[in-house]
Amino acid sequence: MSSHILSLLIFIPAAGALLMLIGHRFISSNGNSEDSGKTAVFHKWIAVIFTGLQLFLSIWLWVNYVPGGGIQYQEHHAWIQSFNIEYFLGVDGLSLPLIVLTALLSFIGVVSSWNIKKSVLGYFSLLLLLDTAMMGVFCSLDFFLFYVFWELMLLPMYFLIGIWGGPQRMYAAIKFFLYTLLGSVLMLLAMLALYFYTEPHTFNLIAMIQSGAAIRDTFWGMDIRMLIFVALFIGFAIKVPIVPFHTWLPLAHVEAPTAVSVILAGVLLKMGTYGLLRINYPLLPDQVYIFAWSIALLGVINIIWGALNAIAQIDLKKMVAYSSVSHMGYVLLGMAAVVSTSAAGSQAGINGAVMQMFNHGTITAMLFLLVGIIYEKVHHRYIFFPKDYKDPALAGKLAFGGLAGQLPVYSGFVALAFFAGLGLPALSGFISEAMCFIGGFSIFRTLTIIGTLGILLNAIYFLRSYMHIFLGPVSNAYEGLKDMNGRELLTIVPLAIIVIALGVYPRLMLDVISPTMNSLIKLVQDMALMVGIN
Amino acid sequence: MTPTLLFALAILFLPLLSFVFQIFVGNRIGRAAHWFSLAALGITLSLALSFLANIFITPGYALLDVNTVWFSSGSFTVELGIYIDNIAAVMLVVVSLISFLVHIYSTEYMRGDPRYTRYFGYLGLFTFSMNGIVLANSLLMMYVFWELVGPSSYLLIGFWFEKQTAASAGMKAFLTNRVGDIGMFIGILLLFMQLGTFNIQAIAEQVEFGAFDGTGILLTVAGIMVFMGAIGKSAQFPLHIWLPDAMEGPTPVSALIHAATMVAAGVYMTVRIFAFLTPAALEFVAVIGGITALMAAIIAITQVDIKRVLAYSTVSQLGYMVMALGVGAFQAGFFHLTTHAMFKACLFLASGSVIHSMHHALHKIDDHSTDPQDMRNMGGLRKKMPITYISMVVASLSISGIPFFTGFLSKDAILAGTLAYYNLHHGWTIFLPISGFGAAIITAFYMFRLIFMTFHGESARQDIHEHLHETPGAMTTPLIILSVLSLAFVFTIPSTVNPFNSRGWFTTAIQTGENFAGLDMEVVGEALHHAHEPAMMISLTVAALGILAALLFYLFRVVNVEKLTKRINKLGLYNLSFHKFYIDEIYDAILYRPFFWYTRVVAKFDWELYDQKFIDWWGWVTLKLSDWSGYSDYNWLDQKVVDGFGKATRYFGKELRLSQSGVIQNYILGGVIGILSIFILFQAF
Repeated sequence: MSSHILSLLIFIPAAGALLMLIGHRFISSNGNSEDSGKTAVFHKWIAVIFTGLQLFLSIWLWVNYVPGGGIQYQEHHAWIQSFNIEYFLGVDGLSLPLIVLTALLSFIGVVSSWNIKKSVLGYFSLLLLLDTAMMGVFCSLDFFLFYVFWELMLLPMYFLIGIWGGPQRMYAAIKFFLYTLLGSVLMLLAMLALYFYTEPHTFNLIAMIQSGAAIRDTFWGMDIRMLIFVALFIGFAIKVPIVPFHTWLPLAHVEAPTAVSVILAGVLLKMGTYGLLRINYPLLPDQVYIFAWSIALLGVINIIWGALNAIAQIDLKKMVAYSSVSHMGYVLLGMAAVVSTSAAGSQAGINGAVMQMFNHGTITAMLFLLVGIIYEKVHHRYIFFPKDYKDPALAGKLAFGGLAGQLPVYSGFVALAFFAGLGLPALSGFISEAMCFIGGFSIFRTLTIIGTLGILLNAIYFLRSYMHIFLGPVSNAYEGLKDMNGRELLTIVPLAIIVIALGVYPRLMLDVISPTMNSLIKLVQDMALMVGIN
Repeated sequence: MTPTLLFALAILFLPLLSFVFQIFVGNRIGRAAHWFSLAALGITLSLALSFLANIFITPGYALLDVNTVWFSSGSFTVELGIYIDNIAAVMLVVVSLISFLVHIYSTEYMRGDPRYTRYFGYLGLFTFSMNGIVLANSLLMMYVFWELVGPSSYLLIGFWFEKQTAASAGMKAFLTNRVGDIGMFIGILLLFMQLGTFNIQAIAEQVEFGAFDGTGILLTVAGIMVFMGAIGKSAQFPLHIWLPDAMEGPTPVSALIHAATMVAAGVYMTVRIFAFLTPAALEFVAVIGGITALMAAIIAITQVDIKRVLAYSTVSQLGYMVMALGVGAFQAGFFHLTTHAMFKACLFLASGSVIHSMHHALHKIDDHSTDPQDMRNMGGLRKKMPITYISMVVASLSISGIPFFTGFLSKDAILAGTLAYYNLHHGWTIFLPISGFGAAIITAFYMFRLIFMTFHGESARQDIHEHLHETPGAMTTPLIILSVLSLAFVFTIPSTVNPFNSRGWFTTAIQTGENFAGLDMEVVGEALHHAHEPAMMISLTVAALGILAALLFYLFRVVNVEKLTKRINKLGLYNLSFHKFYIDEIYDAILYRPFFWYTRVVAKFDWELYDQKFIDWWGWVTLKLSDWSGYSDYNWLDQKVVDGFGKATRYFGKELRLSQSGVIQNYILGGVIGILSIFILFQAF
């Protein structure tokens, strides 16, 4: 079984989606495609069971993973032999945290979507399909397979935003789709270039590490290695998103339903940085050296630009969306530190970046879930009502105020999530942010010092919005607000526990990832030496 | 695990346990839940006292120095560790004692509050964070707890969050501190990159062995950066603005935060890093302290809110401590931290007692508009609240630097330090003793102004006065304990009872400090010794002058204060002090407003311009292109070119039809011409 565990992990949700489609026919009494109460319950439970099963499997994977044992749970089959395309799966310390994160957030996403009314079958089957695609991306070690899963994600995402989203859902879905597709095109070109330049032609990402080093050519006078790196980089940068490719994000996050925002911010953004670490770094290490400073610069721009934008938002969800831009900047800064001459610095940076990917996933998931909870209660999520609000009496006014008295449990969890977001020690974000800074500082001093402004800027918007919503006199009374119910707690509490646990005892994560990441550092630094840079 | 380590861990975690208990269980138990916190803090205090006892037995040793790996990625390792020497032992007692007394006091002060148990939980969290700072052996660990003080102060200052002012004050405290924290973080990074360690002892050692030789001003910069954290936490100019606002918290919280914990943390940290602060960095420290001490004292003169006076007094006294460290009077700085913790806690708790009593009286006469903290509504409270009165007088005498009280010992040593510094360096450094002695005279003046306005004279509001009464034992007992601890002999017995001599267990336990970054402590010590007597003479004179002025102004009313105020205010001086040098207004005008305006511009640019115009422009261009290609595809390619062929065919067909005449001769003629043409063509080529 263990040799097929990754296939199982990937396709369990797809199987669930299939079961839903088949079961729907049998259960719906009148045989039409409309959802009856009975079928809705069926779909929800299928989704819970299958994502739960996947979560269980991913934890099993984590527990049985041997840190430092190389790529594990490998599955290797020929797929399309004439082009040397393989069905090659495997897990290492880079992908393992993200696999667990994907399974966890998919499960939580399903639980948090309990109140979906519009076409339950469509919603949950697409969510499960998305789950399969995301898991596939993190497990693939064949570039072609990776690309297939990568593209497969777009389809359910497009419909989930476009059908179940907010008022501007179609605009948001199309923007998201086209923007991401642009990245995919560049990635496809880079992938084909890599395929044709390697000898023998292969899509195998592990084999390419060796054969990729030999690529030497120019295209219209430009180094082909650089072109491939840049094409891949832009492709991934759109996903991260790196400023200036970021404006699809606030729109898509704000329009998407809660669970989709959670998955979008929690998992999809990580694919950008994951792709860079999985493909750009080992395959083109010399280019990493050339671009390291630029990556650090982009990281710092992300940190500052995202935070400045977040401060100005009056829509809570948009604020959280921009906070993601800022927090992903830390990942970039940490990643750039791979070129650091100090061993402590490069290790802190790269390991910090991977931890930040996971930590941001959990923290931002909490934030979006909490925003979703208040939205379900009062049907808006403004900090201040906009100047052109439909009710002119409220326009420009404070939307909440003093909620902490009314909803003590909810405001307690928001406080925890906000403090985690602003990088408070004893919560997971602090460790990874500090490590990214330490890494960045060891090689890019001035940039990192500018980046530390993020420590202050992130605190400003979190604390200001907290004050406006939860503290002060009650400015807008919302009658009969109920505090969090059991189902909502079920989505938040596990994340809260993880955030605290990793903040107090980061070894839980670091010990798993550091052997892989340290060998990646060594690989990049040695290969760069071999290729002739550095 | 040795008992010492066990005790140290208990000191650290018992208050945290109290927090967890109150948050998860306390609410269900109700008022009685405070016994858990009291017990936890009681044990913490006794354990801290046992450490303090140890300094009599083995002075000069590190009582505990343990280290463990927190996390590591191989080459990058972060350790956690505890380091307890005499300084930490004294500090632990100070923190746990004040915290314990505040706990007792709060059982009465906070009685009936709807979030009573949660309040005790927050006190526990705060004490935990503070003890963590004290115990930390590395800068990174200190930074961790340093940051944890942030949310706990946020929760306590904003405890009555329904009040907008309280909610804003909590946020202001947090954010202002974060400004300093950025500096501290960068400083830590600089030291780590240079030395590869966060451990304070190891840093000092490496500096001693010349790790920074030849790096120019790097160590100075690193030192000043780390010290920036203290500028924030210890409310030094220009980041002092959060402290007066923090008075919005419950008064016992002010006692805790502004006497022994949060604000003392900055000074404590500076004490810890003193060994590797270069003379240039120390100069910076001294100047910051000097500015703060004098500026805050001037502001305190004109405040009418009893807690605001104490708040600015705190800022001023913190300036003293920082200045002391800056001029190398290491021992005096830490001594003042200790004595100040006692008398300032006493002052805050006594003022809380007054406010509590005022509050109840106002409640009784159903007056909800009068400010219970405004001293102008008080007067003559002395007879109604004798214990509060006496303890406040004791603490005021102490802070004013009168012999027989602790403040005299520590403050005098600081003033000697500033004088010694001037004697060594001359020039502009005259500013330091001027600030020191100037602030001393002002301190004596505003403290007795407070005493006379509050407790002496006629009652300003007879209706309130009738309902005033002394507060219950849970509130007065801490006052009595703290006022006793403000008596000089507590720190000097059994060595001496001479009120002019500070030699005692404290000076034995806390030595003069070492500096490995270029400051010759022997020279400093020598200068201190010489400056001691003149400093004492001047300080006694200025303290007496300050009190005398207060007597004339506010007790005997020989001088008409209002007239004098008006005269002074012709130059705007009174307003300058009353409005705190307009620093908040200046920040608002040059920092906050432009900043938030800027973020709105950024957001507008990001969305409305960059995304909606530029990014979507590509979409627009694509649409236009596809429109054009759709148009040309149909109207040109299809309608003109493709259909053109059809049309042409039809046309030619129509025209050629004429040639199908049915006359055989014509066909033959055509055939012959055709063959002939082909023949000629082939002939030609």
